[in-house]
Amino acid sequence: MSSELYNEGPVVHKPTFIDGTSVEIPELKILKQDGSVYEGSDMPDIDEALAVKVYKTFVFHRVLDERMVASQRQGRLSFYMAALGEEAASVGGAAGLKPQDMIMSQYREQGALMFRGFSLENFMNQMFSNEKDLGKGRQMPIHYGSNELNYMTVSSPLGTQIPQATGYAYGQKLQGLDAVTLCYFGEGAASEGDFHAGLNMAAVHEAPVIFFCRNNGYAISTPSDEQYKGNGIASRGVGYGIKTLRVDGNDILAVIKATQTARKVALKENVPVLVEAMSYRLGAHSTSDDPSGYRTREEEAKWQANDPILRMKNWLLAENWWDENKEKALFEKLREKVLAAVKVSEKMSKPHIDTLITDVYDVPSNQLKAQLEQVKMHVNKYPEAYPFTAGKF
Amino acid sequence: MAKMNMLQAINNALDIAMGEDDSTLCFGEDVGHFGGVFRATSGLQDKYGKLRCFNTPLVEQGIIGFANGLAAQGSRPIAEIQFADYIFPAFDQIVNEAAKFRYRSGNEFDVGKLTIRSPYGGGIAGGLYHSQSPEAYFAHTPGLKVVIPRNPYQAKGLLLASIRDDNPVIFFEPKRLYRASTGEVPIEDYQLPLGKAEVLQTGSDITLLAWGAQMEVLQKAADLAANDGISCEVIDLRSILPWDIETIANSVVKTGRLLVSQEAPLTAGFASEIAATIQQECFLHLESPIERVCGLDTPYPLALEKEYVSDHLKIYEAIKRSFNY
Repeated sequence: MSSELYNEGPVVHKPTFIDGTSVEIPELKILKQDGSVYEGSDMPDIDEALAVKVYKTFVFHRVLDERMVASQRQGRLSFYMAALGEEAASVGGAAGLKPQDMIMSQYREQGALMFRGFSLENFMNQMFSNEKDLGKGRQMPIHYGSNELNYMTVSSPLGTQIPQATGYAYGQKLQGLDAVTLCYFGEGAASEGDFHAGLNMAAVHEAPVIFFCRNNGYAISTPSDEQYKGNGIASRGVGYGIKTLRVDGNDILAVIKATQTARKVALKENVPVLVEAMSYRLGAHSTSDDPSGYRTREEEAKWQANDPILRMKNWLLAENWWDENKEKALFEKLREKVLAAVKVSEKMSKPHIDTLITDVYDVPSNQLKAQLEQVKMHVNKYPEAYPFTAGKF
Repeated sequence: MAKMNMLQAINNALDIAMGEDDSTLCFGEDVGHFGGVFRATSGLQDKYGKLRCFNTPLVEQGIIGFANGLAAQGSRPIAEIQFADYIFPAFDQIVNEAAKFRYRSGNEFDVGKLTIRSPYGGGIAGGLYHSQSPEAYFAHTPGLKVVIPRNPYQAKGLLLASIRDDNPVIFFEPKRLYRASTGEVPIEDYQLPLGKAEVLQTGSDITLLAWGAQMEVLQKAADLAANDGISCEVIDLRSILPWDIETIANSVVKTGRLLVSQEAPLTAGFASEIAATIQQECFLHLESPIERVCGLDTPYPLALEKEYVSDHLKIYEAIKRSFNY
């Protein structure tokens, strides 16, 4: 064993514990809710163009979430997951990266994908599982992904992307690329074994990966105080020997600054970085959830006053980079566009029946081909029972 | 050609794979400097460096998660799970992630370059946690390929094909044969086909089917039966998933009888899948019920291993039972 692997503390001659919560973790804050900046703040690298792009992404995010939750309520969409109140964590993370960086997300980071330029049509086609969906109608709504945009397709099992991000980043390092991997996950997913596996391996094998924890207070109905006992998720980074930073997750400037800095450190030193963004999930976990069963209106109101989008708007107004007319026009235009896109996407055909067996392997095996033929014969026999595919072979 | 044992043949295949492609990596517990607890990766770290052949922390789900990420990124990971008995912490990364990566993304991403190597099977006095044959768990998972070699020549050719195949492959190595099985192996590069069974001995009375270390046992039983005048056709399945229905069905149409033997427990083992498919394909040609000679439906024992395993005598009895039905 190498003695470099622990710091020799003071030698004691009676049992002396250190407190499990004694690690003090600074929290980065740059922007106040009124739009002013804390004195002495180290500003992120951001100009008017980037700031406006981030803000427009915010507005698109709000509108899409609002319209899709409504569509689900109207019975047009099976399922949706909004990210109300924590948009700064996802959009800000993407804004702090370069386009060649891989993003591996959990499921509530559509903001990062919007920032990367995933089109409204792509969002819609995925949610309505139609023939234009890049994922070929195979996953529930919100499981987006795009090779072109370096955004790994979302998978439902929690935390699995964490050790994968370590491996992805290790490959980037080996090939000498100017690229890192950013991996999103929630404080709930940080209880999964894969979290510990991923962080430890990243530290040991020196992978340039940014672990980005969105600590939003709840895993469905389970509050953080029933999820963990230590000083947030950040304290675990210290245990794994990982450079760690906590940030106000509702402060877009702080999130961008944290990510930009983490990227530089990860690339320059070939090390992982852990960022814990403190926020709050203002909406339900999903359209299948009702938060009134496990938390109070008062608690929610406290966080409504911390709205990250309003905070950024106040800053933009002060900088004279935005005004109320632009705001109103943008909301109106996007609401119309989203409504129109819903109408188009929901009517599109389902994927072709052949996609039942494609992409299981690189080429379908003989067994799969035989099984598909059996299904087709059956559909032909009872066409009225299979309206999506009958007559469309 | 050179005389090699199975470990040397595997090591030779890994050497070729790492030599031809800088993005090929070998890693796992004790895989680096030490060369693995069975020494399958001996010398690879010295030759290719610590960044490409290395020890991982003791975390199987991490090893496969890491490998999935590498494969998705475009590297060619060869991950070792030290014993197949310890693959289960990685079950989620294999079954929910690797196997579904391409399908769930609509082919936006895949981990086709992933190969998982793991020693499996009994016969080494390993008791219940160093003897299991878990191939059936993975055979139940669309998207994976599962391959098992029976000797050094097969091991090298099938492993190279697995590494180069554009699908995630689990390569189970019969550890009882690591040093026990030796044979002539070409020094040069070659591949053997995945998804294809191999007929080792033609016969007319009964088809005997197995894979991996069980092939030796099967041949021994076939020799015993030959003394009784029973002509056995002996087939090595080689690939568990996808499996070669055609070769087996053609053989059974000819012989009219089938015996499948596996080390794993009887219930819901892969032999059961073969029996179900072959009775469907060959129902009118069958002269007797399909025989399955398998482990008992118990954990793998230690002191009573001899009684537990599907040895040549149990297979020989089943051959006679089938023939005289």
